Amino acid sequence: MIEIRHLTKKFGDLTVLDDISLTIRDGEIYGIIGQSGAGKSTLLRCINGLERYDAGSILVDGQEVSALSTSSLHGLQKQMGMIFQNFNLLSRLNVFDNVALPMRFAGLNPRKPEHRRRILDLIDLVGLSDKLKSRPRELSGGQKQRVAIARALVLQPKILLCDEATSALDPSITQGILNLLTTIRNEMNITVIVVTHQMEVVTHICERVSFLKDSRLIQEGRPEELFVIPNDDFRAFLGKTDDALPKTGRNIRIFFTENTVESPLISTMARELGIDFSICRADMTDFRGQVMGSLVLNVREQDAGVVLDYLNKAHYIARED
Amino acid sequence: MLDQAMWAMIWKAFGQTLTMVLWSTFFSVILGFIPAILLTLTAPDGLRPNRPFYAVLSFIVNVFRSFPFIILMVLVIPLTRAIAGKAIGTQAAIVPLTISAIPFVARVIETSFREVDPGLIEAARSFGASDSQIFLRVYLKEAFPGILAGIILTIISLVGYSAMGGAIGAGGLGDVAIRKGYQAYKIEYLIATSIVLILFVQAVQSIGNWLHNKLS
Repeated sequence: MIEIRHLTKKFGDLTVLDDISLTIRDGEIYGIIGQSGAGKSTLLRCINGLERYDAGSILVDGQEVSALSTSSLHGLQKQMGMIFQNFNLLSRLNVFDNVALPMRFAGLNPRKPEHRRRILDLIDLVGLSDKLKSRPRELSGGQKQRVAIARALVLQPKILLCDEATSALDPSITQGILNLLTTIRNEMNITVIVVTHQMEVVTHICERVSFLKDSRLIQEGRPEELFVIPNDDFRAFLGKTDDALPKTGRNIRIFFTENTVESPLISTMARELGIDFSICRADMTDFRGQVMGSLVLNVREQDAGVVLDYLNKAHYIARED
Repeated sequence: MLDQAMWAMIWKAFGQTLTMVLWSTFFSVILGFIPAILLTLTAPDGLRPNRPFYAVLSFIVNVFRSFPFIILMVLVIPLTRAIAGKAIGTQAAIVPLTISAIPFVARVIETSFREVDPGLIEAARSFGASDSQIFLRVYLKEAFPGILAGIILTIISLVGYSAMGGAIGAGGLGDVAIRKGYQAYKIEYLIATSIVLILFVQAVQSIGNWLHNKLS
């Protein structure tokens, strides 16, 4: 478990992390999201001790990261694998030797049969068994990130840190990497922390997220809580301006959360209330297999009251837009 | 007959040039590595940043690089005598050549180290690598082809400097070109030494390129 309390970090006069508190549970896929410069990568780098912090505390399995001696910190870092936006593979090492590199840092001989087996198993897990002797420049972006993932796992860490790991990849390749990360979490039961500004990463794999803006933690929760009923900051982050909605009549936005999306609400309501309306907008998102989102109805002025009443009674969250 | 005498003289001079260039390359690479490593480690973005140390060392390197070789050769005569036991001759010339090449080598190797992607250093640190492991397994490994290209560059520029070795009786191709070709006005000596030098430099560069491509 990672417990962050009142974490503050400055670069000179610039505050990059301002009083951040959050908890990451064992075995979850946790997202840290926000715009570039919001401080999310710095937060990640504080967790594995690549950055020092000025105030507050980070406890990783009960150990205060900033209080560790250099050698203890190296030990902790060996329990945390990390992958990067630009992969950061050594250009002069082939796939096998790149994956083996952290073992050499840890003083383990990769030629030893049990270590060799572990390396080969990981390369197999990421689907690159036929590329053992390839150099990074012979690989595609997605393949390079797969090598980096295998490398990050070779010391059997408890935590995998992903710093914008899919930001340099095509959408279709990103999907493959996200599936791989989910598989790894499920099979190895490790904690995965992803820093990203890509919405698809958040909605597809994150179980909980923190939203950072201007060095502060604005919101923490399940992605669907942030996305389906976004607050103003999060709407701005999503790049959503005011929707183009009809100027006449009343616009009512209905939110579909996990339990409500499957029932045929709209047609039932139209039949039961005997009124007409038009559907002018729908935003639906797939959250790890569950579809959630919101829908905007345009109703006549005089019908707005009954429609809102009906929705409230049916336990939908609805409001005028 | 003249031809035979000329080629015999050039052959001997070529041997002297080779002796001067290869030994001074050897020593300057070994000695240049030390400031190169120190500069890399203490640079603002290095593993152990130390601004004053970096500034002072960088200044010293620049001072030595600014000396014209012919002046440096004269200035270090006492040192040459102390190390080589004499101030003139082929072996003696190795001392000033080495001293003039050290700062050059230091900069060339430093540049190779600093061209290593900082992301690789960060990745190594994230895996709990110590500074010495990062140096040996990342910096040295990744910079190796660049360092090699720098050594080739050093050899070629030392060929040029060694031509001035004649001033302290070191012989070599440059000396033949000046004494026989220029002062005695035997144009064929000038042409022949030039051809040998061109072929030598070409050969060194080709081997260097081949190695660089093979390694990187």
